[in-house]
Amino acid sequence: MELLQKHILSLIIFLPTVGALVISLINSERKNLIKFLGILFSTATFALSVYVFVKYDPENVNFQFVEIYPWIKSLDIAYRVGIDGISLLLLVLTTFLTPIGLLATWGSVEKRVKGYVIMFLLLETGMNGVFCALDTFLFYIFWEVMLIPMYFIIGIWGGENRIYASIKFVIYTMVGSLLMLVAIIALGNFASQTNGQFTADLQKLYEIAPKISLNAQILMFLAFTLSFAIKVPLFPFHTWLPDAHVEAPTAGSVILAGVLLKMGTYGILRFSIPLFPDATFLFLPYIAVLAVIGIIYGALVSFVQPDLKKLVAYSSVSHLGFVVLGLMGLTVESVQGALIQMVNHGLSTGALFMLVGMIYDRRHTRMIEEFGGLARVTPVYATFFMIVALSSLGLPGLNGFVGEFLILLGSFKSKFLGSSAFAIFAALGVILAAVYLLTAYQRIFFGKVTKPENEKIKDLNFREVVSLAFVLIFIVWIGVYPNTFLKKSEPNVKKIVEQMERYKAGLFRAVR
Amino acid sequence: MHKYIGLALIFPLIGFIINGLFGWRIKKEKIIGWLGSLTVGASFVVSLLIYIELLGLPSYERRFIVEYFSWIKTGGLDISFSYLVDPLSVLMAMVVTGVGFLIHIYSIGYMHGDKGFARFFAYLNLFIFMMLTLVLADNYLLMFLGWEGVGLCSYLLIGFWYDRPFEKMTTSDAGRKAFIVNRIGDFGFLIALFLMYKYFGSLDYNTVFSIASKLQSGDTTIFWITLLLFVGATGKSAQIPLYVWLPDAMAGPTPVSALIHAATMVTAGVYMIARSSVLYALSPTTMEIVAIIGALTAVYAASMGLVQNGIKKVLAYSTISQLGYMFLAMGVGAFSAGIFHLTTHAFFKALLFLGAGAVMHALDNEEDIQKMGGLKEHLPITYKTFFIASLAIAGIPPLSGFFSKDEILWGAYSKGYFWLWILGAVGAFMTAFYMFRLVALIFETPPRYGAKHPHEAPKVMTVPLIILGFFSIVSGFIGIPESFGVKNVLHHWLEPAFEDASSKLVLETTVHSITTEFVLMFISVLIGIGGILLARYLYLQRTDLIGKITQNLHGIYKIVYNKYYVDEIYDAVVVKPVVWGSEKLLWRFFDVKIIDGIVNGSAKITSTISSIIRYVQNGIVQFYAVIFVIGILIVLWIIF
Repeated sequence: MELLQKHILSLIIFLPTVGALVISLINSERKNLIKFLGILFSTATFALSVYVFVKYDPENVNFQFVEIYPWIKSLDIAYRVGIDGISLLLLVLTTFLTPIGLLATWGSVEKRVKGYVIMFLLLETGMNGVFCALDTFLFYIFWEVMLIPMYFIIGIWGGENRIYASIKFVIYTMVGSLLMLVAIIALGNFASQTNGQFTADLQKLYEIAPKISLNAQILMFLAFTLSFAIKVPLFPFHTWLPDAHVEAPTAGSVILAGVLLKMGTYGILRFSIPLFPDATFLFLPYIAVLAVIGIIYGALVSFVQPDLKKLVAYSSVSHLGFVVLGLMGLTVESVQGALIQMVNHGLSTGALFMLVGMIYDRRHTRMIEEFGGLARVTPVYATFFMIVALSSLGLPGLNGFVGEFLILLGSFKSKFLGSSAFAIFAALGVILAAVYLLTAYQRIFFGKVTKPENEKIKDLNFREVVSLAFVLIFIVWIGVYPNTFLKKSEPNVKKIVEQMERYKAGLFRAVR
Repeated sequence: MHKYIGLALIFPLIGFIINGLFGWRIKKEKIIGWLGSLTVGASFVVSLLIYIELLGLPSYERRFIVEYFSWIKTGGLDISFSYLVDPLSVLMAMVVTGVGFLIHIYSIGYMHGDKGFARFFAYLNLFIFMMLTLVLADNYLLMFLGWEGVGLCSYLLIGFWYDRPFEKMTTSDAGRKAFIVNRIGDFGFLIALFLMYKYFGSLDYNTVFSIASKLQSGDTTIFWITLLLFVGATGKSAQIPLYVWLPDAMAGPTPVSALIHAATMVTAGVYMIARSSVLYALSPTTMEIVAIIGALTAVYAASMGLVQNGIKKVLAYSTISQLGYMFLAMGVGAFSAGIFHLTTHAFFKALLFLGAGAVMHALDNEEDIQKMGGLKEHLPITYKTFFIASLAIAGIPPLSGFFSKDEILWGAYSKGYFWLWILGAVGAFMTAFYMFRLVALIFETPPRYGAKHPHEAPKVMTVPLIILGFFSIVSGFIGIPESFGVKNVLHHWLEPAFEDASSKLVLETTVHSITTEFVLMFISVLIGIGGILLARYLYLQRTDLIGKITQNLHGIYKIVYNKYYVDEIYDAVVVKPVVWGSEKLLWRFFDVKIIDGIVNGSAKITSTISSIIRYVQNGIVQFYAVIFVIGILIVLWIIF
C-alpha cells in the first residue's frame, strides 16, 4: 500500500501504457476483448485518480504525491511528477473521459480496433503525463508524445478528409511546441546564468523566471503562450479545430475537446502566468480581447453551421474563450471559474460529441437539416441531448453556469483587466449560446419527422445510456455542489493570485 | 415551522423526479395527475402553516433565514441554498402553490388523453419548484437559479406540443423565442449581479441592502444595478421592449398559459423589484423609468388586445398590460399596491385562461373568437366564472381587481404623476372594452361554430374555475383602502418588507385629500362601466357599427392588428443581419478565406518553393559538376 501511495502518479501515467502493451499481445481478431481491456485499464486508472482526489490535501499548497528520479543530471533534467489542486481536477477529468469515450463509442469503430485502443491508451499516458509533469523537459516530452497517437487517431480512423485535418492539426501544434522548446531551453539557460546551473525543475524556475529582464520575459512568454493559444485554441488560431473535430472519430473528438484543449489553458496557468508575471501584465489585456472575440465569434459562427459536429467544435472556441478570460482576470473567482469551466467543457462538450457520434452511427450524416422531429422517434436520446445542451448553455443548477458565472463575476471586478467591459461583452456569449444550441436542438428534435429515414432510428441502447449517465452525474453534481471540486483547487489558485498581486506591486516599483 | 420551508420545495421536486423518470411507465393518468397535483397541494399546506406561524408573531419578528447547504463558495463569494421566510415571500409562495394547485387539478381534465401526460406534469412540478426557489431565495444568485429555471420550464411547456404548427411558425419556434428574449433580459440581470458583487462584495439580500442603505439617494452604482435588474424584469415580465415573446407563448397548452404566462412566472419581475425595493427607493431615476415603461406597456398592450381574434391572444396582451400596471405601482413606490394587484391578478387571470381553456376544450381547440358565440347556454359555469373574472379585471367594485387597480392609479396620482394616471385610466377603459368584447363574442352573440357540439367541461376542470371565481370576488377585501375607515390587511402584512424602502423614498405623497381619492375612484368605476357598456353596445346591439369603424380606420386597424409590426422590425434589424453576418462574413469569409487562407497559403508557399528548388537536386552528376565550376568562377570573379 505504501509503495502504491508513493508511486501512484507514475502508476496513473503508465498504467495505460501497460494496458497498451498487454493489448498488443492479443490477436487483433478478438475485438471485444481488446475493447474490454482498453476500458478496463483506463477505468483502473480512473479509480487510482479518484483515490488521489480523495487523498489530496487541499490545506497543503505544495505539490503532492511528488516523485523525482534523476534523468540528465548535468542539465538538472529529471523525471519530476506531482500534482496540486489545479492539475488534480484535470487529471481526474482525463482519466474519467478516456474510459467513457471508449465505452460510448464501443460500436462505432470496427476497423483496426487493436491499433485504435492502443492509441487511446498511449494518448492517455501522454495526457496524464502533461498534467503531472513538474519538469519543463518532461512536460515537453509528454506534450509531444500525446500528439502522435492523436495524429493517427484522426488520420486512420477519421472521416473522408482526415489526412488534411490530421496534418493541419499536427503542423499547427508543432509550430507552437517548437517555439515552446526554444523557450524551455532559454529558460534553463537563464537559470544557469543566475544560479550557475541549467535546470528544468519547474519549482526552481518559479523562483528564477520572474526575475528575468522584461524583454527576455516577453519573448519567452510569447513562445509559451503562442503554443498554448494554438492548443486552446484562442481566436484566431482556431481553424485547425473544426477540421480536426469533423474528421476525428467520436472518441477522438471527445478526448480532443475534453482534454487536449485544456492542456493549452492549463499551460497558461501553469507556465505563462507564474513564470513570466511582468510579461503577463503586459499582454493580459490583449489576450483577454482575443478571448472575448473568441467567445462571440465562436458563438456566431457556430450558429450558422450546417454540420452538427462543426457547430459543437466552434462552440468550443466560444467556451474556451471564457476559460482564457477567467485566467486573465487573475482573481480567485475568475481563475477558479476557469478551472471548473475546463472541467465543465470537458464534460458537456465531451457528451455533446458522444451524442453527435451516436446519431452519426445511426444515420451516417451529421447535417442538421437531415433531421427533424427526432423527439418523438428517440425520446431518450432527445432528453439526454436537452440536458447536455442546457448544461453547455449555462443553465443555473447545471455545471456550465458555475464556471461561466465565476469567470464573469471575477473578471468583472478584476484589477488586472482594469475594465468591466471584458466581462460585459463576454456575457453576450451567454445569450448567443442559447441561440445556437436551442436553434440546433429545435431543428433536430422538434417539428414533424420529415425524412422517412428518420422514422426508423433506434433510441439509445443500454451501453450508451450508461456512458452518458455517468457524465450527467457530474454535470448535476458540479451544478449543485461545485464545492467538492472548488475547495480542492482554491488554496493553489489563491496562492497564484496573491503571488501575481505581489508581482504587480513589484513591477510598479521597478518602473519608478 | 419555518425551518421546514424546504419541504415546500422538495415536494414538487419529488413529483418532477417521479413523473419525469417513471411517468412513461405509469399507465394510469389519474396516478400521474394526482401525484403531480398533490405534491403542489402539499407545498401549499406548508406555506399556509408558515403563514399561520408568522401571523402569531409580532410583525417585526416575521423574518427568518433558513440555510440548508452551501452552493458556490470560492474567493469572496459564498452562496448558499438559503431561503428567506418573510411576509412577502410567504404571500408569493401561497399564491404560487395555491393557484398552481388548482391549475394542476384542472390539467388532469384538460390534458386527458395526451400522449405526453406524464411529461406535462413533470414539467409543471419542476416549474413550481423553480418558481418557489425564485420567490423564497435569500440571495440574488439563488433567485437567478429560479429565474432561469422557470424560463426553462416555460420554454419546455410552450413547445410542449413540439410537432404542432402555431400561426405562421411552430410551437417550438415560440418556445425558443421566449427563451432567447428572456436571455437578453437575463444579460442585464447578470451584469447587475456583477456590479453588486463588485461594489457590495456579496449577493445576499441582507448584506446588499444594508450596505446600499448607507449610500446617498441617486447613487450611480445603484442606478445601474436597478436599471439592469429592470432590464431582466422586462424580459421575464414581458414589458416594452422585450414583451414580444409572451403573445407567442400562447402556443403552449392553456393551463400553462394560465399558470406560467399569467399568474406566476411573468410576475417574477414585479416580485424582484418588490424584493429589491430598498435599492429602487435609492434610485429615483430608475423608479421613474419603471413607472413610465409600466404605464406605456399598460396602454400599448391593451390597444393590441382590442383587435385580436385569438381568445388567448387577447388574454396574453391583457396580461402584458396588467403587468404594466404592476410596474407602474413599483415605479411610483406603491410597492404593496403592486403586490396586491399581482395577487388579485393571479386569481382572475388564471380564471380567464382556464375559462378560455374550457371554451377551447368544448370547441375542439378552436381559438378564433369570430368562430364562437352562444356558448352561454352550453357552458353555464364557464360563462359565469368568466363573466366574474371579466368584471374583476375591468375594475368593477367590489370585485378584487377594482381595489388593486385603483390603489395603483391612486398611487400614481397622489405621487404627482398625473400623466401616468391618465395612461392608466385609458388602459383601464380599453381593458373593460376588450374583456367584454370577448365575453360578448364567445358567450353571448349568436353561435358561429358550425356543427360542433359544445359541452361543459368535467368537474375536475369546473371546480377550479369556481374556486378561482370565489377568490376573484373576495381577494380584493384584503386590501380595502384605509380611506374607507377600515384596516388595509395586506398593507399591514407587507409593511415589514417595505418599510426600509418607504423610508428612503424621495417621492412624497403630494395629494392627501380623501375627497380627491373618492372622486378618482368614482371616475375609474365610470371608466370601467363605460368600457363594458360600449363593448356590449357594439357587439350585442349595433353589430353593424364594428364593420364601419374598422373600415374607416383601416390603416390604424391594420397596424394595431399586426401588433405594430414590432416582430417584423426586430427580425429585420437584429435577427437577419446577425445571421447573414455570421454566415457570410465571419464564417465563409473570415474563417475560411482569411485565416485558413493564410494557413494553407503558407503551406502552399513552402511547397511551391520546394518544388522549384528540388530541380536543383536532379541526380545528374554532370549537372552538379557544371554548377560546381560556375560557382568557382563566380567566387573567383568576386575575389578578384
